[in-house]
Amino acid sequence: MSSPDRGTPLVELRDISLAFGGIQAVDRVTVDLYPGEVVGLLGHNGAGKSTLIKCLSGAYRMDSGEIRINGEKVEINNPRDARRHNIETIYQTLALADNLDASANLFLGRELTNAIGMIDEAQMEAETRRIMGRLNPNFRKFSAPVSALSGGQRQSVAIARAVYFNAKILIMDEPTAALGPQETRMVAELIDELKRQGLGIFLIDHDIHQVKQLCDRAAVMKNGALVGIVEVADVTEDDLLGMIIAGKRPEHLAA
Amino acid sequence: MTAATAHAPATQKKKGVFAALEIDTRLLGMIGAFVVLCLAFNFITDGRFLTPRNIFNLTIQTVSVAIMATGMVFIIVTRHIDLSVGSLLATSSAVMAMAQTAILPDLLGVGLDSPTVAALAIVIGLMTGTAIGAFQGWLVGYLLIPAFIVTLGGLLVWRNVAWYLTSGQTIGPLNEYYLLFGGINGTLGETLSWAFALVATVAALWALVASRRNKVAHEMPVKPLWAEGAIGLLIAVTIFGFVALLVAYQIPSGRLERMFVARGEVLPEGFTQGYGIPISVLMLIVLAVLMTVVSRKTRFGRYVFATGGNPDAAELSGINTRMLTVKVFALMGFLCALSAVVASARLTNHTNDIGTLDELRVIAAAVIGGTALSGGVGTIYGAILGALIMQSLQSGMAMVGVDAPFQNIVVGMVLVVAVLVDILYRKRTGGKA
Ligand SMILES: Nc1ncnc2c1ncn2[C@@H]1O[C@H](COP(=O)(O)OP(=O)(O)OP(=O)(O)O)[C@@H](O)[C@H]1O
Ligand SMILES: [Mg+2]
Repeated sequence: MSSPDRGTPLVELRDISLAFGGIQAVDRVTVDLYPGEVVGLLGHNGAGKSTLIKCLSGAYRMDSGEIRINGEKVEINNPRDARRHNIETIYQTLALADNLDASANLFLGRELTNAIGMIDEAQMEAETRRIMGRLNPNFRKFSAPVSALSGGQRQSVAIARAVYFNAKILIMDEPTAALGPQETRMVAELIDELKRQGLGIFLIDHDIHQVKQLCDRAAVMKNGALVGIVEVADVTEDDLLGMIIAGKRPEHLAA
Repeated sequence: MTAATAHAPATQKKKGVFAALEIDTRLLGMIGAFVVLCLAFNFITDGRFLTPRNIFNLTIQTVSVAIMATGMVFIIVTRHIDLSVGSLLATSSAVMAMAQTAILPDLLGVGLDSPTVAALAIVIGLMTGTAIGAFQGWLVGYLLIPAFIVTLGGLLVWRNVAWYLTSGQTIGPLNEYYLLFGGINGTLGETLSWAFALVATVAALWALVASRRNKVAHEMPVKPLWAEGAIGLLIAVTIFGFVALLVAYQIPSGRLERMFVARGEVLPEGFTQGYGIPISVLMLIVLAVLMTVVSRKTRFGRYVFATGGNPDAAELSGINTRMLTVKVFALMGFLCALSAVVASARLTNHTNDIGTLDELRVIAAAVIGGTALSGGVGTIYGAILGALIMQSLQSGMAMVGVDAPFQNIVVGMVLVVAVLVDILYRKRTGGKA
């Protein structure tokens, strides 16, 4: 595409397709992502954004296509495979176990254990307090089940989980959907910081203004297919909106 | 339960105390209900209900259902159900009975009452139960057949496999070492019982101290010292009180005499001995501790609760929820077999109707004990207490002379009311039903 040559991409999604019954949710989509880059995924509701990234996070198995990480073809058949490749995901649905507390959710699937293999609750809570202190200093409800948390607090637990485990590839599906203005700014700062650390980030967001600010490139989808990928700096918000609604690349970039 | 609401008016002052103790108010309610129940029966029966003898019998009658109820907690927490436990118990029991009476003695060339036969029969039974449970779990987890259907089928299948294996016959008498697990035929006696009380108390107190230390080390908030002390004292009093009751039940002199004769000795004049803790009850206590540790301190237990709370989240967190389902059902099968040992040893025979309707008792015990059918919520101690409440209700009514149909009508209503109270309680405390 139009991106300058920057060596091997961190992630390459090539010709990914996935159908649910009769619906072609993702239709031969190709996107790549470089280290230290934020790629925005845009599109109307039901365009196939979540489905596409779920193929990368191992939640779904694609029908066809291939995934390369650092240039090497990989098989991602389940979320464990994705984690093994340092892919962390914040799902649109947050994917928290409501009956467990923040630290149990943060460490779910990767619990800290002591010498005899027992879960080290205190250690986990201490770590949780540490990272939450950085991400959301107002967070206090460490021993309550997450069902007792506000939407924003739940979101910060999901974000903490993705950030804590040294992800190299981060997928964020509408991470600020439930957040107030202040928390949204905090997430924006976090994304900038992670980017500086060299992570590659896929960011799904309906807020075009925010995409303009946070992303380097934007990939627009419509009805499962890719409309185009543009350098965010080259387009206006209206151009992006046009791509989402009309499903056409803006005139001045149509080449 | 009911007692929790009864205490309501006095909460303002007491709230502080309970909050500091961090005792689960739901547990408190259940214990309250249980105590009220016992006192009521004791009053109606003119003190016959709370005698050492009756309490001893109550505990050994509870063990079989309670063992299975601990496994049912995991099943229900993961949003499944197991209707086949009574039948699985019967098949395991049939296999063990056949093994120890018909197969093993010939195979090994030893007598019917050899300890090796008992041990091998139990191992075979436990393996049978575990394998059947794992198979049902595979049907549920991998082939995605609803657990309700798989185990409803299992209810019929395993009940009749047991029938087929034994041709419907009562099999017995069973191996005398095997009978040690039945209750009254295998007890620790006075000295060992007191030793157990001491060890258990020390272990419980040590666990309290260790947990506090760990919290302090990570600079986490801890309870005030007096609260820890009060809990420690409560634990010690409960353990010693319970053991004292079981020791107070005296072995009849005729039976003592036979025991001495069997050892080639003479019963000394004025010698008495209490039964002490039955081995089956000891097994249940150890199991309860193990299962509690599993549910709270191991990854397996954590994943059981996570899966029950949100199966999708668990899956997305990299938990192999299908394999987890197999493991949970395998554990249930294992516990059915363990329960079969206790049940058939208590009857001293394998009978064709052993374990009939146990699935309902076991599910009821778990549910009365606070396990939510919507998944994600449940405790081991709750289920055991639930089993104890059910059994007390049943025995108490029998002792009072309530007609059999009314007994079941009452038990059925109690189950429904208990769940209603539970729902109301959770609404008030803001939890999810
Ligand atoms: N599990 C599923 N089963 C069947 N159809 C599905 C499933 N998940 C998504 N779809 C369908 O696939 C299409 C793409 O859905 P997807 O969730 O990827 O959209 P999206 O772009 O993330 O939308 P939104 O902005 O609303 O989150 C939709 O038509 C949706 O109805
Ligand atoms: Mg989506």
